[in-house]
Amino acid sequence: MSKTIASKVGSESQILSVGSYRPKRIVSNDEVAVRIDSSDEWIQQRTGIETRRFADASESVLDMAIWAAEDALRKARLSITDIDTIIVATITFPFQAPSAATAILQRLGHPKAAAFDINAACAGFSYGVSMAHDFIKAGTSKTVLVIGAEKISDFTDPDDRATAFIFADGAGAVVIGASAETGIGPVEWGSDADERDAIQMNPSWVEVRDVETQLTKAGSKWPNISQEGQKVFRWAVFSMSKAALKALESAGLTVNDIDAFIPHQANVRIIETMAKEMKMPDSVVIADDIRKNGNTSAASIPLAMDALLEKHPELHGKLALLIGYGAGLVYAGQVVKLPPKP
Amino acid sequence: MALSQADVLAGIKEIVEEVAGIPAASIELGKNFTEDLEVDSLSMVEVVVACEERFGVKIPDEKVTELATVGDAVNFIVNAAA
Repeated sequence: MSKTIASKVGSESQILSVGSYRPKRIVSNDEVAVRIDSSDEWIQQRTGIETRRFADASESVLDMAIWAAEDALRKARLSITDIDTIIVATITFPFQAPSAATAILQRLGHPKAAAFDINAACAGFSYGVSMAHDFIKAGTSKTVLVIGAEKISDFTDPDDRATAFIFADGAGAVVIGASAETGIGPVEWGSDADERDAIQMNPSWVEVRDVETQLTKAGSKWPNISQEGQKVFRWAVFSMSKAALKALESAGLTVNDIDAFIPHQANVRIIETMAKEMKMPDSVVIADDIRKNGNTSAASIPLAMDALLEKHPELHGKLALLIGYGAGLVYAGQVVKLPPKP
Repeated sequence: MALSQADVLAGIKEIVEEVAGIPAASIELGKNFTEDLEVDSLSMVEVVVACEERFGVKIPDEKVTELATVGDAVNFIVNAAA
């Protein structure tokens, strides 16, 4: 007679804290505009971005991830040894292997936790939150560190008129742990993989290795980001507002039940048009961290969350709708209870 | 369903006014979206999506760049709906 397999029982989960690291150097639109024949006015009108931050040589994507994680752990009054799982969302860790997650564990002196990176571009943080919740619910993990960290300036062509003014650097992290009540709602996620070309990083490393290709193929200098702005704008505004509404519906809520809306900080015009499409009431506080800090891809939602809580401390413990979306094209959204006051 | 040129023009005027805040009275067939009406590329996406919904037509991305004037858009929509 065959024996049965034992399984674990988990619990609901919640975000216990959010931490961030922003690079020191603030970069103006005027500085970026010089190389793309643009202007402060044009950039602000198209994106709402007033300034962004670029990390310097002393602020690697790993450094920023670690500093954001330390901030989140401190606010949760936990230490790295309390973490049993670490998920890092990034598309700018410049090594194929091993992962950024294991490098972070090693540097923080806790080299035993389960660790891996995920590539879901600007949706990566929301993917990570969803996975952390499911791991805790299944009993796989007890306390999970989810980090979104990007140094996109390393992978941006400063002469590219479609992207040079949008992307920026930074890192945000959350600690997710067990809770009695549901603190993280069901995820609404998926892809529109037919639009893989809309946002890309090209060329491949293999092409970079091949010097001959490098010399003959215009633009193949190193993997750098490109984007079809209008296509992405359309998808983000009109498909993502529907996905975000579905995430609310899955949580049994409507736009009138939430206190904050924290979408991926891609473009102020996208955020505002999404809010209009979703008929977001004025009572909902909408994150607009992009104005001062640019589009930081996987780091944008936790960075925007931390900034929002600093500006509006009354939102601690309140409900927020998150939606991440980006290269793939991929997306993930969920309702979360914002972390309690540290 | 066949749409008349006048109906489509009236609809586009409303949409452009709503999206870009340009008074409907200044929107004429010969006006260029970008140069005359100063509708930028992102607002143009909103105009296109609103037109698709209102008139029940599909305006492919590659066609959008060919719609330079209000008249171009009206003609495209009238033909696409015919």
